[in-house]
Amino acid sequence: MIIFIVRRLGIMALTMVVVSVTLFLLLEFTPGNVATKVLGPYSSEEQRTLWLEAHGYFEPLWVRYFSWLGNFVTGDFGESVRFKVPVAEVLWPRLWNTVVLGFWVFAVMIPLSLLLGVLAGMREGSALDRSISITSIITTSIPEFASAVFLAAIFVFWLGLLPGTSTMTGGFDWWQLVLPVMVLVIYDFGYVARMTRASMAEVMTTPYIRTAILKGLPYRHVIMRHALRNALIAPFTVIMLQINWLLSGVIVVEFFFAYKGFGALLLEASLNQDIYLIEACAMVAVFVAAATQTLADVGYTYLNPRIRFS
Amino acid sequence: MTASTETPLLEIEGLCISYFTRAGEIPAVIDFSLTLQGGESVGLVGESGCGKSTVAMAIMQYMGRNGAISAGSIRFKGRELSALGRNELRQLRGAEVAMIYQEPMAALNPSLTIGAQLTEVPIVHEGISRSAAKTRALEMLSSVRLPDPERLLAAYPHQISGGQQQRAVIAMALLGKPSLLLLDEPTTALDVTVEASIVKLIADISREFGTALLYISHNMGLILETCERVCVMYSGEAVEIGDIEDVFRHPSHPYTQGLFGCIPLPSCDKNARPLVPIRGQLPLPHERPQGCFFGPRCDSFREGLCDQDLIPMAASERTRHLVRCVRWRDLPSERRVGKARPKTPAQIGEEVLRAEGLQKYYPVHDRSLSALIRGQAVRYVKANEALSLRAQASETVAIVGESGCGKSTFAKVLMGLETATGGELVFAGDDISSRPVKKRSQKQLGSLQIVFQNPNDTLNPSHTVGAQIGRVIRKFGVERKPGKVRDRVYDLLDTVKLPRDFYKRRPRQLSGGQKQRIGIARAFAGNPKMVVADEPISALDVSVAAAVTELLMDIQQDHGTTLLFISHDLSVVHYLADRVVVMYLGRVMERGTTAEVFAPPYHPYTEALLSAVPIADPDIQKREIVLEGIVPSALNPPKGCCFATRCPRKIGPICDEEPPPFREAAPKHVISCHIPLGEDKRFPTPC
Repeated sequence: MIIFIVRRLGIMALTMVVVSVTLFLLLEFTPGNVATKVLGPYSSEEQRTLWLEAHGYFEPLWVRYFSWLGNFVTGDFGESVRFKVPVAEVLWPRLWNTVVLGFWVFAVMIPLSLLLGVLAGMREGSALDRSISITSIITTSIPEFASAVFLAAIFVFWLGLLPGTSTMTGGFDWWQLVLPVMVLVIYDFGYVARMTRASMAEVMTTPYIRTAILKGLPYRHVIMRHALRNALIAPFTVIMLQINWLLSGVIVVEFFFAYKGFGALLLEASLNQDIYLIEACAMVAVFVAAATQTLADVGYTYLNPRIRFS
Repeated sequence: MTASTETPLLEIEGLCISYFTRAGEIPAVIDFSLTLQGGESVGLVGESGCGKSTVAMAIMQYMGRNGAISAGSIRFKGRELSALGRNELRQLRGAEVAMIYQEPMAALNPSLTIGAQLTEVPIVHEGISRSAAKTRALEMLSSVRLPDPERLLAAYPHQISGGQQQRAVIAMALLGKPSLLLLDEPTTALDVTVEASIVKLIADISREFGTALLYISHNMGLILETCERVCVMYSGEAVEIGDIEDVFRHPSHPYTQGLFGCIPLPSCDKNARPLVPIRGQLPLPHERPQGCFFGPRCDSFREGLCDQDLIPMAASERTRHLVRCVRWRDLPSERRVGKARPKTPAQIGEEVLRAEGLQKYYPVHDRSLSALIRGQAVRYVKANEALSLRAQASETVAIVGESGCGKSTFAKVLMGLETATGGELVFAGDDISSRPVKKRSQKQLGSLQIVFQNPNDTLNPSHTVGAQIGRVIRKFGVERKPGKVRDRVYDLLDTVKLPRDFYKRRPRQLSGGQKQRIGIARAFAGNPKMVVADEPISALDVSVAAAVTELLMDIQQDHGTTLLFISHDLSVVHYLADRVVVMYLGRVMERGTTAEVFAPPYHPYTEALLSAVPIADPDIQKREIVLEGIVPSALNPPKGCCFATRCPRKIGPICDEEPPPFREAAPKHVISCHIPLGEDKRFPTPC
């Protein structure tokens, strides 16, 4: 198990190095480009050369890569062109905001989708199963920008219950979090619920469930003890992958509700060609992707005794 | 519990079970009646699809959402089962009636420990405490003769062997102290020596606990060993019920007689008294004929008599022997063994295959930290070790042994799917031991072919039969022109006795036996010198298996092909092989002609295998040798004789320390054992 985890971490590190090289080559291969982006299109040739000189851009490519990588690892991402402050100062608070949003999305979505998925999968083809399945297909197929508009129309303009923007300018406000969370949960729970349903339905047809029933165990006991443990192994991986999805999936919602999160930051950085901010955001995204993947693998191995003790 | 004459334990009367599908009602069981007294053991035999498992599931009242009892009654201790409420039913299941399943691995929950799965039975049914339940589970594990019960309680199902899993399932069933035990093919998935020990255990336990048994099996020999009465089922009906001796000595229904004709009993012989397959195939539930369901396949069928009304069960003058046949009084009630029309034995030709000291090791990489530290990161599974054998033209050589003995590895090396790590393998004059299949010539490929075990998995479902065989013909370079290829496919279909219009069919339109015939046709497409048959009939029903066996042997004889028959079934091997190689842990234990291997002097392992095979003949007395313990890992085989850890005839420390010599009991009859040949104890040949 230890060796397995070490190997997975190694693979994760390797992935990130490969991505960082790709990213570096894509964005910083031609220094002239960087200077244009930083100094703006109206800067003179001389200004750019001076700037490049000052920032060590005339060093060989590999030297530049390693110093770039070194800065990255130590948390020095450079200065944001748009915000005129170090990237780290913008990035970390924004990321934290998205973590808060994501946490609440998961806190609502996971219990809801697992419960619905298990209920649907328990009796495949029953009325309950069909209504849950159809509901989840409908909610999953409505894109966030549509449901955001729709929910805002109901709760903000019609009922007047909730604020329409989530800028949090006056400090943290629970009410401002409700709509973004609601939109994301509605969009995502159907997918996880249907994965859970498929897994549960499969488990319910296995011979060991038949054994449990014919042992005379109460139905509750059969579900809670025998079915769930096996049925929840597959959705675990799916849920881990949802974290990764959420990081970019929040862009629309954050932008719509003017929530100051990572997604909105990413959007802003791209629109403004804010090169250092883009690099930092991309590396964060890659890190989250690789980390969730590793966690999913390790967790799956841990949950499944057939792999754990083989 | 003692047998009481007043209320039988189980009374099934006129039971009809149907499945309701979109296509309408499909009757699965029709007019089934059976009475079981306390402590009695009754066998339920029949081929797949005859409804025997459906009966067991109906007793458990577990028929799925679309199954229902449409008529008749099942009474358990006088209580009508279909009238029970959900809670009463729950209390009955597991406590009064318990079940043992075909696949122990699938029947156990993979993510709960054996202990958790055992203890919940008394906890739920008797409400005892966890620690008391644990004590009970430990006791039960020792009564099913599992060593080290403490360790077992903490183990997960995949960590123990198949035989141990089945013992755990038996222990689980017995923990509720049931008065009726339903066994649904409990040993079909197990090796023959494990099967023997499980069967013995079940018999001992039913005697000790006074449990009644309903034993479902397709294996007549097993039923003979375990049951007092037997019920033969065909296409949803019971066709014959009676005491075991009665039915086995005087089978009265033509189907029962037909079944006996399909079983390779020791009295059969492939040339003098070949098997008699039942013609035709089992009718689908919605295609059952009028009158007798067996009519179209029966040799004694009379028009106007057998095809009228449903046939009732008729009692014979012998007590408790019931037969569902209108003509049974006119027909002789006796076992038919073997056809009267003998075949001429084939002429054995020159040598085709020679293996000399063949060795195949698989490296295993251990990735645990402790193995890295100890420097044992790579170890070797010794799948084949010093394997030597010969095969001549027209000859049938059988390789027998239990799972993991290396017989399939040998087949893989032979076919070029693996390459040997040592030794020689000469086929038709060329050493092919290290030539993988991609480097073999067309001629070599075509002249060395294989028939696989599971016909369902080996045919491509999206291609027609004709296209699949035609492709092989082109690949082997037998024919190239489309017209000629098609003619050749037609020839092959004729050879395997299938109609020519199968050319356009797809595999899903064929039955298991028909698919296996296609598999045989494919193997013979390139006029092979040698065909490897890897358990070709073990996935088939008795009557289908008999037909495929006969077909395979006829084709082999016509083509003068060498057949390498890989099997774990000693009855079939005895029936069709000319020479036999017995393997254990990758090594040859004994080899010689069939007559020599199946007669003393035996290797102790051969002897144990022979005694483990159930034989459907009440006249044959067998000596009981039960092998205890499990097969050692091929990663770390015993230093001396690899069978020493389980050998019932171990003579001393020499067996553990020194590899046994190859002793020649007769020319070419080799036994690898430390026991000097003259001292071999003898007993009448059972098989």
